[in-house]
Amino acid sequence: MNGAHDMGGMHGMGPIDTDPNDPLFHAEWEKRAFAITLALGFHGRWNIDMARHARENRHPLDYLGSSYYELWLKGVERLAVDTGMISAEELATGEPAEVTAAPPPDPARVAAILAKGASAKLEDDVPVRFAVGARVLVLDITTTGHTRVPRYCRGRIGTIDRDHGVYIFPDTHAHGLGKKPQHCYSVRFSGRDLWGDTAPANDAIYVDLWDDYLEAAP
Amino acid sequence: MSGHDHDHEHGPGHEHPHAAPASPLAERVKSLEALLVTKKLVDPDSLNALIDTYEHKVGPRNGAKVVARAWVDPAYKERLLRDATAAIAEFGFTGRQGEDMVVVENTPAVHNMVVCTLCSCYPWPVLGLPPVWYKSAPYRSRAVLDPRGVLREFGTIIGDEVEVRVWDSTAELRYLVLPERPAGTEGLSEEQLAELVTRDSMIGVTKAKTPESVS
Repeated sequence: MNGAHDMGGMHGMGPIDTDPNDPLFHAEWEKRAFAITLALGFHGRWNIDMARHARENRHPLDYLGSSYYELWLKGVERLAVDTGMISAEELATGEPAEVTAAPPPDPARVAAILAKGASAKLEDDVPVRFAVGARVLVLDITTTGHTRVPRYCRGRIGTIDRDHGVYIFPDTHAHGLGKKPQHCYSVRFSGRDLWGDTAPANDAIYVDLWDDYLEAAP
Repeated sequence: MSGHDHDHEHGPGHEHPHAAPASPLAERVKSLEALLVTKKLVDPDSLNALIDTYEHKVGPRNGAKVVARAWVDPAYKERLLRDATAAIAEFGFTGRQGEDMVVVENTPAVHNMVVCTLCSCYPWPVLGLPPVWYKSAPYRSRAVLDPRGVLREFGTIIGDEVEVRVWDSTAELRYLVLPERPAGTEGLSEEQLAELVTRDSMIGVTKAKTPESVS
């Protein structure tokens, strides 16, 4: 989707608060929203691509007007309702209609769950379409669904810098349409090919892009 | 906006008239947590463990150990640049939001910096949770458009002859910058070197500290 989250290349967002001592959390509720999102995710009812889409698929004023952990809160509320873990009525009233039979994951397992993670890399034997050094054109993709191809590189030509291997494809995975295993590459773009001749000659931007976003450059 | 008003109205039972009122978001999170706990979907001890992990246990001191090792051990540095995930796992730093790692090396000719323009992807096992600025619109919008201008905002001046490489973390790869080892550090131990490695230098928006700046 062409959402407000896809902000690479936008102007007007103001200066960066570079204070190295700025705290990671600015309120207690931010910590709880962060932890609720991870802990509820342990049930495995959604994947990371669905979680991103739940945060991003909203009105641009809502996205840009919400603080970071506010978006996490809104995202996890939507995921919990959409997957039936809670009902919209329960969320609105705070009153549980029914109690889940199965207990939540054991708190003693949290450290092990975090240390293991969940790699998106796959062992599937998928042929590589582009060799390192190949010139590729990024397809000018417009979709109302989830995608990880930023607008600023669509329609632009870059060079395959490295092949990361076979990965889950987020555009299908976010919508429960499977992993669609394919290669993911780091694609190098010159600053001038993205931003024009006013960009420095020796700036380069590397974007991780999947096979389905690319074709051989003409 | 109204100025500071001392003529508060207090209902019965308000023993602490100067306590700040809970924000609507704080109330909303509290309500959601209570609902999920009652429904046995989350355990409060798990929430506490998660917060404790990323507030106190996992942070940029992990990444600093990796960088210092690479500075003193050429064989480790070679492994780190070839297979970052495995080399970082030698320290026991693994897992969530660092499942598949890439390390990029700063040299006199190349300066690397990392961004996630689409959200906030960041290598948790080595850097912890991202700072607010990394997740914010000003950084995400301009890091790819005007990297040298962004670096100047952090006080980092990169010469025109140096190539700047910006890594946009759009996939499930997580990037760590290996900063240049500062001059005049030949006599320092690995532990002393790690003290020079800041979070921001491993995102690539600053350089590592010099011995003079910390003495």
